[in-house]
Amino acid sequence: MTFALVLEQLLNGLQYGVMLFLMAAGLTLVLGIMNLVNLAHGSLYMVGAYLAVAGTQWSGSYLVGVAVGFAGTLVVGMAMEVITMRPLYGRDHLDQVLVTFGLILFFNELIAIIWGRGSLYTSLPAWLQGHINLFTGSRYPVYRMVVLGVGLAVAVLLWYVVTRTRLGMLIRAGASNRTMVAALGVNIRLLYTVVFGFGAALAGLAGLMAGPIYAVQPGMGELILIQVFVVIVIGGIGSIRGALVGAIIVGVVDTLGRAFLKPVLATIISASAAEAAGPALASMLIYLLMAVVLALKPAGLFQSR
Amino acid sequence: MTGRAIFWAVVIIILATLPPIASALGQPFYIDLVRRMMILAIAATSLDLILGYGGMVSFGHAAYLALGAYSVGILAFYGVTSGWAQWPAAIGASALAALAIGAVSIRTSGIYFIMITLAFAQMLYYLGISLEVFGGDDGMRLKSRSLFSGLIDLGNAVSFYYLCLALMLAAIYVTYRIVNSRFGMVIRAAKSNEARSRAIGFSPYRYRLTAFVIAGGMCGLAGALNANHTNYITPGLASWVQSGDLMFMVILGGMASTAGPMLGAFALLIAEEILKGWTEHWQVILGPLLVLSVIFFKRGLAGIFRA
Repeated sequence: MTFALVLEQLLNGLQYGVMLFLMAAGLTLVLGIMNLVNLAHGSLYMVGAYLAVAGTQWSGSYLVGVAVGFAGTLVVGMAMEVITMRPLYGRDHLDQVLVTFGLILFFNELIAIIWGRGSLYTSLPAWLQGHINLFTGSRYPVYRMVVLGVGLAVAVLLWYVVTRTRLGMLIRAGASNRTMVAALGVNIRLLYTVVFGFGAALAGLAGLMAGPIYAVQPGMGELILIQVFVVIVIGGIGSIRGALVGAIIVGVVDTLGRAFLKPVLATIISASAAEAAGPALASMLIYLLMAVVLALKPAGLFQSR
Repeated sequence: MTGRAIFWAVVIIILATLPPIASALGQPFYIDLVRRMMILAIAATSLDLILGYGGMVSFGHAAYLALGAYSVGILAFYGVTSGWAQWPAAIGASALAALAIGAVSIRTSGIYFIMITLAFAQMLYYLGISLEVFGGDDGMRLKSRSLFSGLIDLGNAVSFYYLCLALMLAAIYVTYRIVNSRFGMVIRAAKSNEARSRAIGFSPYRYRLTAFVIAGGMCGLAGALNANHTNYITPGLASWVQSGDLMFMVILGGMASTAGPMLGAFALLIAEEILKGWTEHWQVILGPLLVLSVIFFKRGLAGIFRA
């Protein structure tokens, strides 16, 4: 276990963390402002990944694919809000869970009809391939570095929009008291559609960036969605800062756990026991972390209300 | 006879006469199908206890189905084939897990509760995947069906069917007795108005947790039955799709009704079978169908039969 290996895994953890953040930022706003549980947020992640692949194949250009994925998910997200979410705002969480669960079945199957059940693999343009030298003897893939950079840039941008612009002020006001915001004459329906749409686009961005790293396949969104829930529970519903901190914690803990728990355990208990217990414990780590956070702070680390 | 008595008499007559009729028609497939429906009806009934009557939207109920199944499978793996040991172990393990999960999650409510129960079920799902000894992702075969000292042979499709029927009716009856007991009244009171039930001196937490544990144990029994039914155990039993299916059964049948979960389980599985016969992509139809049923069909099937 060298320093270089630890550094590489730490960067992997951060890179996974910012992807979780892109998902969590949109979802936590939808939960916080609209009080809406949207399980189909993972489907938007999948839609983003597929549209980007389709766009790349159609145009031959990776950047066009990225644009198609981002804009396409924005449109799909807004359509989803107008068609299926609007009837749900006044209903209880159970109905929202069930309806969005039905949407997941629909989206997964629709994708399987259009693109088949197998995994799609995408290739990166030459300028995104290759490695950069961190220091002598330690290299890291350019693409993962770019993902990390884009994620952090989006975080800064979101911080700016939420704290420094009028739209952000409305979003914050909506999160703390939406009835009052509506009473003050703000078009809350439009605000909802905009927030939902951009939350969807961020999920799409996460999906299209995940494409070249992980497999693009039907149901890919559910895997990450559950971890995004853990992020939001840890960070606190409705808090973007909580989403960022929670995402980084979950990303790093999960990645480091999978990489190093087994060798670390092997130094304490026997190698064969570590062989069996390591992966099992690593897969449970973030959920145990969530349980500990909840036991100490039932409303998450950063309560927004 | 009241309407309720007629309803149950009809249900029992239909279910009891199905095996001889299916055998006579040379369609033993239906015995298998209805047996699966009845096993999932037990799971849905247990979920209704906390979801319908208790107002706790648990999105991780399939975890206990998997725990019950794995308890049977793991004991069989190590040579313990007696059902007298396996089934209580399945119920006990599921109840214990429900105690741990409930203790953390019932402290929260609303969206948090939904996400936390889902996350814990998913944790068990990944635990199942990472256990290479027990087949990991692929799951494992049940070495032999549970043995009950020669009392009942689960290898015999028809006698296993009647066992499932008896256990399903027992589960529905037990749940009916629980929700109409003093204990059940507290659970229902806490659902409709927590502040008032506190004001009259009940702390809902312990009652809710107890109901959560009972539901977990009952679902563990369904898991043990399911392991014997399929002869195969996979982590997929704990997946959130399975949890979502159980919730749909309860909603489709009608929440907080005696017969609802059973009717919902039957309806959902029948719908699945029919759609599967039509097209490979049956979920693209089932998904929107379920969405519409939630939006427009709030009272559920039990509302039609008033059962």
